[in-house]
Amino acid sequence: MTALSIQNLKKTYGNGFEALKGVDLEVECGDFFALLGPNGAGKSTLIGIISSLVNKTSGKVRVFDHDLDTDRVAAKTCIGAVPQEINFNQFETCFSVVLNQAGYYGIPRKLAKQRTEQCLRQVELWDKRDTVSRRLSGGMKRRLMIARAMVHSPRLLILDEPTAGVDIEIRRSMWEMMQEVNKQGTTIILTTHYLEEAESLCRNIAIINNGEIVEKSAMHQLLGRMHTDHFVLDVGRSLTGAPAIAGYQIELVSERCLEVAVPKSLGLNRLFQELSARQIEVLSLRNKSNRLEQLFLDLVQ
Amino acid sequence: MNYSVAFSTILIKEIRRFTRIWPQTLLPPAITTALYFLIFGKLIGDRIGLVHGIRYMDYIVPGIILMSVISHSYSNVVSSFYSTKFQRHIEELLVAPVPNYVILSGYVCGGIARGVLVGLVVAAISMIFTDTRILHWDIVAAVFVLTATLFALAGFINAVFADSFDDISIIPNFILTPLSYLGGVFYSVEMLPGIWQKVAQGNPILYMINAFRYGMIGVSDVQIQIAFAMTAGFILLLASLSLYLLHKGIGIKN
Repeated sequence: MTALSIQNLKKTYGNGFEALKGVDLEVECGDFFALLGPNGAGKSTLIGIISSLVNKTSGKVRVFDHDLDTDRVAAKTCIGAVPQEINFNQFETCFSVVLNQAGYYGIPRKLAKQRTEQCLRQVELWDKRDTVSRRLSGGMKRRLMIARAMVHSPRLLILDEPTAGVDIEIRRSMWEMMQEVNKQGTTIILTTHYLEEAESLCRNIAIINNGEIVEKSAMHQLLGRMHTDHFVLDVGRSLTGAPAIAGYQIELVSERCLEVAVPKSLGLNRLFQELSARQIEVLSLRNKSNRLEQLFLDLVQ
Repeated sequence: MNYSVAFSTILIKEIRRFTRIWPQTLLPPAITTALYFLIFGKLIGDRIGLVHGIRYMDYIVPGIILMSVISHSYSNVVSSFYSTKFQRHIEELLVAPVPNYVILSGYVCGGIARGVLVGLVVAAISMIFTDTRILHWDIVAAVFVLTATLFALAGFINAVFADSFDDISIIPNFILTPLSYLGGVFYSVEMLPGIWQKVAQGNPILYMINAFRYGMIGVSDVQIQIAFAMTAGFILLLASLSLYLLHKGIGIKN
């Protein structure tokens, strides 16, 4: 069963800008799906249409087989959305923000209070339940939006850059939480600018650019397409030029630092042997960029 | 889905909003009313004498009460719905399966609640200065609620079209307040020169104030059937327009 099915979705804004030019997309039930794209590619418009925040120009959107036009209530009930920007009442307490959202989904007060407690505990905000939401830190505000989106137990959770501006520790804990939610059966669609986040969490990926899907595949298949890895090496002695090793493209970044393009067919062992033969000791090694980042740039440029 | 839960959530949120800030929402009308009675009723009113055979102080009570109902039901919805748009938490409602009529009724009933509560506060203050007795409770209650409904709807439409905080104060300041003052709050239209009597009859607030005055003290410059018909007609018109705006997402969706 598909959690989300989009057919020929188009959106043209009043000023004539075509944000979506006929998007087709399917997300399987239970998937952890990444939707990536550069700024202005159409991600937020697409998510806005699915979440009923933006009117589409044409096309079909079905959520768990419920048409968003003709079976609106059932379709909307399946969706929980965490937008990019803070959009809760900043004068309400955290508890009220989540409780009110439960009410909008028709959950009776008593049950809504239980669900609110459960969701606030899940995002580790229970201690802040009586705090006015504007007093929360940036990371807490994002977690509050996630709690709010989960209060009606949606089958499809859409997260639009949920970890933007959040420190590493909180980001990691949010990753764990999202993985846990996904394990429990909730389909997740994630947009993010942190490509290592998409690589770590998501099983399938779509890349959107200029209002069109330019790539859609399983994450491992996409990463498998990479033929070359780029590494940065710190070396033990000063160099005046980049060593020439057949098959490897090497550049001297600074006296004690090299940047190497390593073809997968050759690997790292041979590189280390060749460097060692030239009395160049490798002190440390790191990826130049995230692997997905390299592919992403290739696809959108 | 249980829409009554969604409706009560919006309504409770709205009532909590204006009761939480009661020094801004409930106290000022009480002070203003007391000043009206002191200045217009006591100091000036004693020199005016009787209007339609009724003491001037008693004559202005219905108009002052209804003027408060009008301005507060309007301002509650316009400020609340606009700030909902401004802070973008309107999105909480748009993503949820809440039908447009539930959103509209929630906000409008919030406006009615504040209008009625302020009306009761003003009525209580007026009892200190006058000994007015209500003649027709049914008419008073009906005008009270219908007027609050009409102006809550008007406030909603204003909020939908508003793009800035300036936009939500223009209509109350430049249209609503003048129409209320010219709607016979402090005088009978019969006291106006001929041509101005005709002009005044184009003011819908005149009909509501006079229907309310009839319900309270039994005098009116207009037929109350016309007043009820006009108010009901305007409510239907504004409710339809509000639902259309919500359906199209005008002012609230990209």
